[in-house]
Amino acid sequence: MRVGVIDYGVGNLGSVLRALEELRVAPILVTRAIDVHAMDSLILPGVGNFSDCARLLVEGGWTQALRDEVQGEGKPLLAVCVGMQLLASCSMEGADVDAPDGTPGLGFIPGRVEHLRRLGCSLRVPHVGWNDVTISTKKCGLFNGIPDGTDFYFVHSYAFVPEDPADVLATTDYGMPVTAAVRRGHVWGTQFHPEKSSRAGFRLLRNFIEAPRC
Amino acid sequence: MLKVRVIPTLLWKQFGLVKGVGFDSWRRVGPVLPAIKVYNQREVDELILVDIVAHQSEDDPDFESIDEFGQDCFVPLTVGGGIARIDQVQRLLRAGADKVCVNTSVYVRPELISEIAKRHGAQCVVASIDVRADFGGRDWQCFSHAGLQPTGHKVCEWARELEDLGAGEILITSVERDGTLQGYDLQLIEAVVSAVKIPVIASGGAGTYQHMVDAVKQAGASAVAAASMFHFTEQTPAGAKAALWAAGVPVRKPFLNSDAAR
Repeated sequence: MRVGVIDYGVGNLGSVLRALEELRVAPILVTRAIDVHAMDSLILPGVGNFSDCARLLVEGGWTQALRDEVQGEGKPLLAVCVGMQLLASCSMEGADVDAPDGTPGLGFIPGRVEHLRRLGCSLRVPHVGWNDVTISTKKCGLFNGIPDGTDFYFVHSYAFVPEDPADVLATTDYGMPVTAAVRRGHVWGTQFHPEKSSRAGFRLLRNFIEAPRC
Repeated sequence: MLKVRVIPTLLWKQFGLVKGVGFDSWRRVGPVLPAIKVYNQREVDELILVDIVAHQSEDDPDFESIDEFGQDCFVPLTVGGGIARIDQVQRLLRAGADKVCVNTSVYVRPELISEIAKRHGAQCVVASIDVRADFGGRDWQCFSHAGLQPTGHKVCEWARELEDLGAGEILITSVERDGTLQGYDLQLIEAVVSAVKIPVIASGGAGTYQHMVDAVKQAGASAVAAASMFHFTEQTPAGAKAALWAAGVPVRKPFLNSDAAR
């Protein structure tokens, strides 16, 4: 099982790699888009600004490689934090003021990424800390063994609003419902950081590696 | 609902952890790595690790040590001390930091915060402010260089400026309360909480669980940091959370699942 962690120039790669090693998975740091092909499953980490990340994905050839291997070949993908937001059609983070649709993302899960304030959140932004998630009633292997209401670590100012509510796998409450996890087929995303969510996060990563099918 | 975080602060000087009183009279606490391991096993909410002598030189942060410390840390790790350039931030994130904490260099070059926020997102920058009561006791003055150099900045104005530059959180420390175990400066915390719309971490003076309850319920802190209280008394982060919970403050519960996670 070759689990590739995509190194496109941003992200807390050290933390992601270590969490996987702790699960006794030997993750492979993928530094060239051409090597995505050789992986069985992929993790797209993220700490960063959406427009910078999106630009790096395009410039590094990652966008095309992910389309080929994830959408084409059906390889499982777990995208974390900004990685999850990159699954969207577009984001308003770092976008030019004259671009009403913002910066394009990978478009694997249709929807927009907006600032929490713009979505109506009146609490302190960024949303930083541990927050409990409400898991969609649709059974999904990603949350196997993880009870409803488990706390995960969040740190973000923007949030993903999928067009189709059926793509939302979990939500959290930050003065309003905020998308905590998404899923469409074999593409998963979490707004929270499983690699920094201690034992609950390990469990979720293990579930992903065991490729939940439901 | 978002939980209030209890954050042990680890101050690191050359070879080990230290803790002082009023940013002075440093006592040795012990080696860094075992402390991080223990806190990690006990599932603390987050850790802040600051190299307190890094600002004295223009050398890079000690990336190798951070890399080693990060090996066993599976909760969020904020790293500070001597960060002056954006390339150092990238290397720290690679080494295992999740957020960085900036202080002294920002007085010289405030744009550093904007640069980090633009590249890594505002949530990645914790702006640390060390203050002493000043201006006839009616306000607080910000100090750089581990609390030694007066900067002339008043705390609320400076906090707002850092927020405008793109800081994601403020870590506010009262130098005078630091290490005293006498309680946070609640007026200071409340003033900063009211001045900004980003989360504020209370620091400096925690000595009992009740001090933490007060920082949250009276002063409005989003998180509470403590060092001496955890190093030198029998009190623990888990105990702090139990006390916060009993006082009606939401805290993170340990992860429980039927089938073992690891």
